[in-house]
Amino acid sequence: MIDREQVLHVARLARLELDDQEVARMVGELSDVLDHIERIGELDLEGVAPTSHVVEVANALRQDEPRASLPPEVALGAAPEVEAQGFSVPSPQA
Amino acid sequence: MSAPTDLTAAQAVDALGRGELSAGELFAAYRERAAADDLNAFAWVADETPARGAVEGPLRGVPIAVKDLFCTEGVPSQAGSRILEGYRPPYTATAVERLLGAGATLLAKTNQDEFAMGSSNENCAFGPVLNPWSRECVPGGSSGGSAAAVAAGLAPWAIGTDTGGSNRQPAALCGIVGLKPTYGAVSRYGMIAFASSLDQAGPLTRDVTDAALLLRHMVGRDPCDSTSLAFPEEIATPTAERLDGIRLGVPEELSGEAEGIEPGVQEAFERTLRTAEELGATVETTRLRHAEHGLSAYYVLAPAEASSNLARYDGVRYGLRAGKANDLVSLYTRTRHEGFGPEVKRRIMLGTFALSSGYYDAYYARAQKVRTKIAQDFATAFERFDFIVTPTAPTVAFGLGTKVADPLAMYLNDYCTVPMSLAGLPAISIPNGLAVPPQGGQVGLPTGFQIAGPAFSENAILDAAHALEGAIGFDAGGGRA
Repeated sequence: MIDREQVLHVARLARLELDDQEVARMVGELSDVLDHIERIGELDLEGVAPTSHVVEVANALRQDEPRASLPPEVALGAAPEVEAQGFSVPSPQA
Repeated sequence: MSAPTDLTAAQAVDALGRGELSAGELFAAYRERAAADDLNAFAWVADETPARGAVEGPLRGVPIAVKDLFCTEGVPSQAGSRILEGYRPPYTATAVERLLGAGATLLAKTNQDEFAMGSSNENCAFGPVLNPWSRECVPGGSSGGSAAAVAAGLAPWAIGTDTGGSNRQPAALCGIVGLKPTYGAVSRYGMIAFASSLDQAGPLTRDVTDAALLLRHMVGRDPCDSTSLAFPEEIATPTAERLDGIRLGVPEELSGEAEGIEPGVQEAFERTLRTAEELGATVETTRLRHAEHGLSAYYVLAPAEASSNLARYDGVRYGLRAGKANDLVSLYTRTRHEGFGPEVKRRIMLGTFALSSGYYDAYYARAQKVRTKIAQDFATAFERFDFIVTPTAPTVAFGLGTKVADPLAMYLNDYCTVPMSLAGLPAISIPNGLAVPPQGGQVGLPTGFQIAGPAFSENAILDAAHALEGAIGFDAGGGRA
């Protein structure tokens, strides 16, 4: 179960604006999915190691050699707004 | 000679090699078909035949359709999302680069569920893809455009990506072959990220021989993806016609009466088990005790990873930017509100919730432990069996719009494919004959037979799939446009 307050809190964490209709729908849909997921709470998982990755790769290192990267105009080519060879955004303080 | 578009990709490679066909001629024939696509399979089609004569490389110029999730330099790569509308990346994904380097020619980009989240292709900002077998039905997802294009003969073959079943399930629903390789076999560099510990690129093809040929030119270690691994052997052309001595394990949890498997799908599955026995295999029931919890673990882990991966869509460096934001945080929140579709928002919310303070241990940490148990179940099973086999998807293709309002019902499409993804194992879906849906209907729709093996057993899987394919003798005609 997840309530309206929790949905709004999680949306803030996710930097996601939701309108009222979306919030209402999210409460119902996420609750249904979480009810299903909560079945894993019944399993005895005492002492089981977590798996974050199935492939055992440790310290995949490479030589620290300089190589070509994207030219600035290409890297900025898809940006919505560019200023002084940088990505332009509104001031955080505004 | 039959029309060039009737040839499988491997046959086309041979015909090109013998000089019976030119690469330009073949490309033009497919370009014409692709341009007339009425399934919405394509997000972009090459606007001219590349001006080149004989093509270097073992694939000799055979055209390929590529899921829109792969970055392709200068060509729209939108991942089915409004937030990436019109985005043309400055580089090409390694998997695509390798295929082009081997002589494939980029024909088209294919539609998909937004950021590969979905099992029906209805979560595509550019409209749903239709199933060529029945245009009222979904093609499956998320690689639905690739699957529909191959099934309808609009492309000789295609690549897609599979996080929880996104190659295998649409392959099953469209009556073609779909493979998810061992995790790490194919580089993820330039593949727009959904759930990084699960995402794998793989082939969608008309037959098993084509799947092997395509995979051969996709695998390999890539310095740009530190989780990629050198494939221990070359992917061979499958030749097996028998299954003598092969031991097949049928997990109780993923067949029979399990979660929503339609009677027609189960019947087709059992028919193929008998075929396997006739070919010399032994078939035995087994257990994968935690597999039934795979879906729960998956719908914690994949959204959790997605919530982190999709943080990059903030309206700053590329893609959509919402207008009229006066401060930085509203620029982020509004851009994401306008740019993401309902399913992507749902998964971001689910993943952020599972990772949030107070819930992390109950959801994310537990799901990671379930993942360990599932991998152990497979390891134990492979001590007794060469392969685990299941129906690929619990249902045949369902009607457009019938599951969009019920996310959980949609998620159940992945019930039989998710456990292999969580364990990082290779698995293939091959066409398994037709079945009529339980609500009835005049025509049968395709079903899939899934074969999963230990890590890096692709050659063995392809061989077994080849033997079964020959014995099943699937008629793909119903999907041809």
